[in-house]
Amino acid sequence: MLQRLSHLLGTENLTREQIAFILDQAKPFQEFQRHPLKKLATLRGKTVAIAFFESSTRTRISFTTAASRLGADTMALQAESSSLKKGESLIDTVRTLEAMRPDGIVIRHASSGAPEFVAQRLEIPVLNAGDGTHEHPTQALLDALTIRDRKGKLEGWNVTILGDILHSRVARSNIHVLSKFGVKITLCGPAMWVPRELEKLAPGIRVVHCIEEGLRGADVVMVLRVQTERIHEPALAPDEYISQFQLTPARLKLAQPEALVLHPGPIVRGLEIDSAVADGPQSGVLEQVTNGLAIRMALLYHLIGGAAADAPHPAKDRTNASD
Amino acid sequence: MPVVEKRQLLSAEEIGRTLSRLAHEIVENSGGAKDLALVGVRRRGVPLSERLASQIRGFANVEVPVGTLDITLYRDDLSTVGSHPVVQSTQIDFPVDNRDLVIVDDVLYTGRTIRAAMNGLFDLGRPRRIQLCVLIDRGHRELPVEASFIGRQIQTSDSEIVEVRLREIDGEERVMLVDRVS
Amino acid sequence: MLLIRNGRVLDPATKTDATLDILIEGDRISRVGPELDARDTEFFDARGLIVAPGFIDLHGHLREPGGEMSETIETGTKSAARGGFTAVCCMPNTQPVNDNASVTRSIVERSAAAGAVRVWPIGAASMGSKGEALAEISAMKAAGIVAVSDDGKPVATARLMRQVMDYCTPLGLPVIDHCEDPSLFAGGVMREGPNSLKLGLPGIPAASESICVGRDIEMALLTGARLHIAHMSTSGSLAYVRAAKRNKLRVTCEVTPHHFTLTDEDVRYDTNYKMNPPLPSRADRDALIAGLADGSIDAIATDHAPHHPASKDVEFDRAPFGVLGFETALALGLTELVDSGKLSLTRLVELFTTGPARVLGLERKIAAGEPADLTIFSTEHTWTYRTADSPSKSRNSPFDGRSFRGAPMATVVAGRIVYRR
Repeated sequence: MLQRLSHLLGTENLTREQIAFILDQAKPFQEFQRHPLKKLATLRGKTVAIAFFESSTRTRISFTTAASRLGADTMALQAESSSLKKGESLIDTVRTLEAMRPDGIVIRHASSGAPEFVAQRLEIPVLNAGDGTHEHPTQALLDALTIRDRKGKLEGWNVTILGDILHSRVARSNIHVLSKFGVKITLCGPAMWVPRELEKLAPGIRVVHCIEEGLRGADVVMVLRVQTERIHEPALAPDEYISQFQLTPARLKLAQPEALVLHPGPIVRGLEIDSAVADGPQSGVLEQVTNGLAIRMALLYHLIGGAAADAPHPAKDRTNASD
Repeated sequence: MPVVEKRQLLSAEEIGRTLSRLAHEIVENSGGAKDLALVGVRRRGVPLSERLASQIRGFANVEVPVGTLDITLYRDDLSTVGSHPVVQSTQIDFPVDNRDLVIVDDVLYTGRTIRAAMNGLFDLGRPRRIQLCVLIDRGHRELPVEASFIGRQIQTSDSEIVEVRLREIDGEERVMLVDRVS
Repeated sequence: MLLIRNGRVLDPATKTDATLDILIEGDRISRVGPELDARDTEFFDARGLIVAPGFIDLHGHLREPGGEMSETIETGTKSAARGGFTAVCCMPNTQPVNDNASVTRSIVERSAAAGAVRVWPIGAASMGSKGEALAEISAMKAAGIVAVSDDGKPVATARLMRQVMDYCTPLGLPVIDHCEDPSLFAGGVMREGPNSLKLGLPGIPAASESICVGRDIEMALLTGARLHIAHMSTSGSLAYVRAAKRNKLRVTCEVTPHHFTLTDEDVRYDTNYKMNPPLPSRADRDALIAGLADGSIDAIATDHAPHHPASKDVEFDRAPFGVLGFETALALGLTELVDSGKLSLTRLVELFTTGPARVLGLERKIAAGEPADLTIFSTEHTWTYRTADSPSKSRNSPFDGRSFRGAPMATVVAGRIVYRR
């Protein structure tokens, strides 16, 4: 099913079938996380370059652990220590990586389109761990898995995404996934962060600028990070944001009774979300983390380590299988 | 893949009798089914293990736990296949430590599947003992693996395949010897 | 002597559209007429071809001095000749900026020595194009500039624009502005719209350009100056220009071929689609074509902006703005505008000849005594544009590999054939 996929650059171009396949394949890896011994030899001898040109702890650790648990070795490249700061261009950093012959690259970069740039120039699989404000496909996939597990299915829900949508790659990737499953998506936040034009991104989207309206009827509420870095334009004073858009227990009551609350992390408690909600029974935040590991293991398993498509299959001659 | 049937090895009735005999052998050998558990290797080991457990429940009145094991992630040939095969779930809901485990599969051939199955089991804990039960042992071992409980032992050549059809998966019930046609 | 024979002479200035011969002596046209007789001349058989007055490009970047890694006067003008241009107005954002007579003279001298076509420098409006003090405009005029601009940036403030205009009007120099509002532009890399949202690339709203166009037109109203809007790309800007023309202001404008061909939907992450102003929305592109047809837009100009390959081979948001333009301008005009029925061939030729000439306060025509600058082209010849074959030092074109029907076949500058296909 993923044979035609040589990279995972985004969710925009994944079909519904491919998304369902990835979610299904995450299942055995979810179970795997409960094994006492969490170490496979499946990708033993393979090396995965973890190239994070933008700082991140959670996603980087998640990918590194996923590769490790599959038995692969990892090669870490981080922005702080990278020669990128010394003026080496992305293309030279990429060529250097290539010369070290990893079997795959996981890349996070501040420029939208950087993973595609790398994928066009290298012969090895590229997995996008977040590029600029464009896509963060594994986040959307783990979010979809969490919804599917908690709510029994993915189709047809009302999902509200809350926060700075304009600068959110998590929002975009989620929009591309959910819209393929007939989900009705509500984008909610301050007008400068949620322009009406976003309704054109995919079918089934509406934009609202008032949190009460945004939450009414929601089956799933995805709360985005309000970042302290300069990404929000214009920046809003925290109190302004909190008074209008913080997800409080009272506001959550406007949503459906069993509404699932998700957050890509890290959470800034007391800013975009009240602690009581983040830790409450409706929160799926911890499952998101475990599911992230499962999704990333499933993707690394399928994208890295097979032979070339046209390689001969010596092993196949000696199996008792006709199917 | 195109195949040509050569001869039938087991009829539906013979499969049933064989499983019955195997179930008895397993219980005898386990000294009363204490700590016994069966693990069926996907795919066809799974219905076989369930039937064995059902038989044991019937004549020994003992509930033997049954688990399912998918060995895909433990295969030793993944870097030679074009794209990685779909992974199915492994479901072993009982603790593996100190268990008297019997791996159940339909056909024992090179032994690599069983090696992978053992790797998978060791990820879950430390069984006291692992034994192997197969419907057919067709020879040609490439690793030092042996089955303690064998339905039928047959001589085969490399160009042949032992095809096991079970009603739970294939809608019919028999074991045939077929020839690969290249 | 050079005799251009049997061509279809298409000259909007003299309203000529007929099969005629043109005799050139030295650097001037000496006679135009049917079946001219001439001995001891070089011949050029223009049968089946169009012979037009030499095309003028109001807007090109030749990068010399200072940017020779990307282009030089020599390589840029060779590329211009291949595009059928007989004259290029080069913008002052060189290193150093062309804001004084000595840089202007160096450009003029270098062009005389190595330029394949005429080079008419445009001088900076402000010193270093920093938007503070006026540049040495009258000295530059004496050294040969034909207009002023701070291209690359807008003239910094309304107040400065007024001062530049007041200063340039008695000198007879048009003021060319690259219209953009810095606060709206801020960090943008493509036109703001559904595609910029999808790609996660910071967008520049169309209003950034039209706000500045409106400002400049108000200053033109105040001063009576000649204002030319560079590389116009929005319907909002066009509306302002139309109103200004209706009010008899001396406002003109140009559009580039990439802006009447491509749209923001064509942007993926290929830096050959990154330029400033950015590719327009479909609606704006269609409005520009209508403006080209109805005369509201005066000229097609290329904004040829070479960047050496390594500098463009980076992430989209880090790449410099700009694409090549000389060699594909005519072909795009023929394919996108004439063949599609949006403009007549004569109108297209105006956009390359009388239009630009009028902006500069010149004439461009085929008549005895006129400079022997001619653009000879085919509307039928099929070819494929390959940047690898270009004399330009750069390769940054979105049209690499594209096939066209219609091409420049020969370019004559000051009586010499400087390019022949």
